Amino acid sequence: MNPESINGAARSGARRLTHLERLEAESIHIIREVVAEAERPVMLYSIGKDSSVMLHLARKAFHPAPPPFPLLHVDTTWKFRAMYEMRDRMAAEAGMDLIVHRNPEAERLGINPFDHGGRHTDMWKTEGLKQALDQHRFDAAFGGARRDEEKSRAKERIFSFRSANHRWDPKNQRPELWRVYNARKHPGESIRAFPLSNWTELDIWQYIHQEGIPIVPLYFSAPRPTVERDGLLLMVDDDRFPLRPGEAPVMRSIRFRTLGCYPLTGAVESEAATLEDIIREMLLTTTSERQGRAIDHDQAASMEKKKQEGYF
Amino acid sequence: MSLQVYGSSELIERDIVRYLEQHRDKGLLRLITCGSVDDGKSTLIGRLLYDSKMIFEDQLAALEADSRRHGTQGQEIDFALLVDGLAAEREQGITIDVAYRFFATDRRKFIVADAPGHEQYTRNMVTGASTADLAVILVDARRGVLVQTRRHSYLVHLLGIRNIVLAVNKMDLVDYDQARFDEIVADYRAFAAGLGIAEFTAIPISGLRGDNITAPSGQMDWYDGPTFLRHLEAVPLEESALQAAPFRMPVQWVNRPNHEFRGYCGLIASGTVRPGDRVRILPSGRTTQVSRIVTFGEEPDLAVADQSVTLVLADEVDVSRGDVIAAADAPLESSDQFEATLVWMDEEPMLPGRSYWLKIGGATVSASVTDIKHQVNVNTLEEMPAKTLELNGIGEVKLAFGRAVPFAPFDENRDLGGFILIDRLTNATVGAGMIRYALRRAQNVHWQHLEVTREAHAALKGQRPKVVWFTGLSGAGKSTIANLVEKRLHLMGRHTFLLDGDNIRHGLNRDLGFTDADRVENVRRIGEVAKLMADAGLIVLCAFISPFRAERRLVRDMLPDGEFCEVFVDAPLEVAEQRDAKGLYAKARRGELPNFTGIDSPYEPPEQAEIRIDTTAMSPEEAAERIVAALA
Repeated sequence: MNPESINGAARSGARRLTHLERLEAESIHIIREVVAEAERPVMLYSIGKDSSVMLHLARKAFHPAPPPFPLLHVDTTWKFRAMYEMRDRMAAEAGMDLIVHRNPEAERLGINPFDHGGRHTDMWKTEGLKQALDQHRFDAAFGGARRDEEKSRAKERIFSFRSANHRWDPKNQRPELWRVYNARKHPGESIRAFPLSNWTELDIWQYIHQEGIPIVPLYFSAPRPTVERDGLLLMVDDDRFPLRPGEAPVMRSIRFRTLGCYPLTGAVESEAATLEDIIREMLLTTTSERQGRAIDHDQAASMEKKKQEGYF
Repeated sequence: MSLQVYGSSELIERDIVRYLEQHRDKGLLRLITCGSVDDGKSTLIGRLLYDSKMIFEDQLAALEADSRRHGTQGQEIDFALLVDGLAAEREQGITIDVAYRFFATDRRKFIVADAPGHEQYTRNMVTGASTADLAVILVDARRGVLVQTRRHSYLVHLLGIRNIVLAVNKMDLVDYDQARFDEIVADYRAFAAGLGIAEFTAIPISGLRGDNITAPSGQMDWYDGPTFLRHLEAVPLEESALQAAPFRMPVQWVNRPNHEFRGYCGLIASGTVRPGDRVRILPSGRTTQVSRIVTFGEEPDLAVADQSVTLVLADEVDVSRGDVIAAADAPLESSDQFEATLVWMDEEPMLPGRSYWLKIGGATVSASVTDIKHQVNVNTLEEMPAKTLELNGIGEVKLAFGRAVPFAPFDENRDLGGFILIDRLTNATVGAGMIRYALRRAQNVHWQHLEVTREAHAALKGQRPKVVWFTGLSGAGKSTIANLVEKRLHLMGRHTFLLDGDNIRHGLNRDLGFTDADRVENVRRIGEVAKLMADAGLIVLCAFISPFRAERRLVRDMLPDGEFCEVFVDAPLEVAEQRDAKGLYAKARRGELPNFTGIDSPYEPPEQAEIRIDTTAMSPEEAAERIVAALA
């Protein structure tokens, strides 16, 4: 008897899944689960490469329909101009509503990264995010964080709970087994869901390459006006950049490994102008991608602390 | 000694496109490492990450600084600090929570669940094991098979992991002695066989020195098996077996953007599917055909286990979240009563009879444990009788679900046989379970269709059925007030019945005492009786201390909206104790009545009772008037 015909199941079509196919399947499952269980989900869209992958996965999850939730951009008014262009284009292409929230208090006080240091992140991002979630009564928010990014992220659940005050309690996380996610919560509480938890930086780049996902051009190297300050190579993206005495923008061939507020995001000198070049550079590099962000340098537990306070 | 993880840097430099092509078809292996810092677990993981270039220069610099501040390795780098991510863990030098680590080689990407090894963190290990394909059991060569080795092996086997690696670490400290290694392997084999672990792979290693980790050791010529990493790269994945099983897909989401499209979304739990395949929808049993597999790009003609897909069916059948789409010729069973292994994960113990939410696949149902067959001592594997399960307790239990769900035994399929229990009040995940088998098949159970409905019963009596539930401390005045209420209702021509300690404790519930577990069962039975009486159209008055919110909630949930009326007979403890009509408080204070509510057993006052009676401010007669007025 032909062993292939036993129980009709060993149909020769069986095939091995690649690690990207498995990661994709898991992420789509997570996204659908949140939508099935939450009342008012929203996707945090930060316009970076991880957000781009997350948005792509959301579109796959609900195709041919557009994802049944809006995108939320918590704006600081200090993002790169190229990011704003990308944001508006992608929201339109995906057929999704885009909510842009700017903390009115930060706007009134003119909070900026040059004069206000840590308060810039606190007010625009942490406070701004809380305001937006409260104002629209969102009870679940997707974020593009990965567990390989940072130590406290490595221990965070895929469905991560926030109290009514948006606080994270790392010592009291719900056990998360198999693919069974507990999304039950009391009124006022919310979930942060991380569909990319198990992706690494290399997975993200490989997937962008495989799927042809559009990303902000700033990831690719080009001659750009820069100044070197406090060990970071900063791009002078608009005329709000206050030059110190003796500073003058210099054209350098640079690109960004991570994108945030332009005065806080360090560039790397690079000739990588294609996706393949970027991946090559990433594979041969010796520093982690968060190094380019001023925000994490303070102390070992800085991210854990920020998250407890409600930072995404 | 570097791992050359992302292949040769030379190829990356020379031909990145070719490199990417080569790396597109990597598999994915998830593993869990079991052991404690003492066994060198963190050193092993740290070495894998370090050798595979997952630690970058800036992270290494931060790690060196941390090692000097909190480390336990003197001037050496303390890899434990790398894997212990929470501030509390670094301060206390212990691993509390599961962390997930990532590394990759040319052949596979790996996700490592790094779980704490101590008994008080059993639930964390179970969590880490739930998604793993392979478990690494670490043993210190000097100490051999320990109690924790048995516990870890039992747990990973319980969670269905069939690939087990016995990593005998610190071989450098026993002079790379083959006899010692063989002795440990023989010990382990004898014990593992008793658990049902038929096969495992034993590898002698030194995480600190790097022996047999990525390259064969020069010190152990007597070992001719694979290195640790080579084994992880080569061990067969279960995907072919999973794909060979019959098709099953729990429906997660119904995608209906407009009336022209209706797709059923889910992650395929087993088998394969093609357009044209006959499928059966469970639990309804309707059959139809798959007409399309919808994805973002070109529509594929095949989808396999572990893929997330959207299926379009040929006929308009009723399918909703929680249903399972299965191969028509090999459908699943459905049932509402199971035997299962339950792992308890909450500080608050599991009480039989208490109602929890249960989530399995996309379905959420109410469920309660009807019986604990036995609890397992995770260290000795002895089976012991138990009335409750405490935090980290593991037991064989019988469960009743609120409705039948399609399932497969856990050993056949994790997605269709693994479930979590959720507390109804706190919403915490309090337990995790694995279905062993169904105790009865749902298709044999049909509720008697009653010609005389509960509406008919009520209509005949000309009243609306109700359960009026009096709760409060002993001596608060519950029975006194309930009696007065019943007398008034009777005079008004209402059909009533009063249930209280006198007519329940001496008969129906005479087998129950006053432990927490018995109190839960006591209230559950009273609730069921009250519900039957309400079905018969009666107004049922129940006067019981009923100290726990969860059980009062359970009874409320048994009844249609508006038919449950909670009356909180509120007397402060001092007042109730002062009245002490039956002398019970005095006895309890002397220690002659253990588990007495208010003294050494808690009372949880209602948060949103329909009626609150302040017994310090009104007489029983006034209270009864108020309640009757509210019922009318």
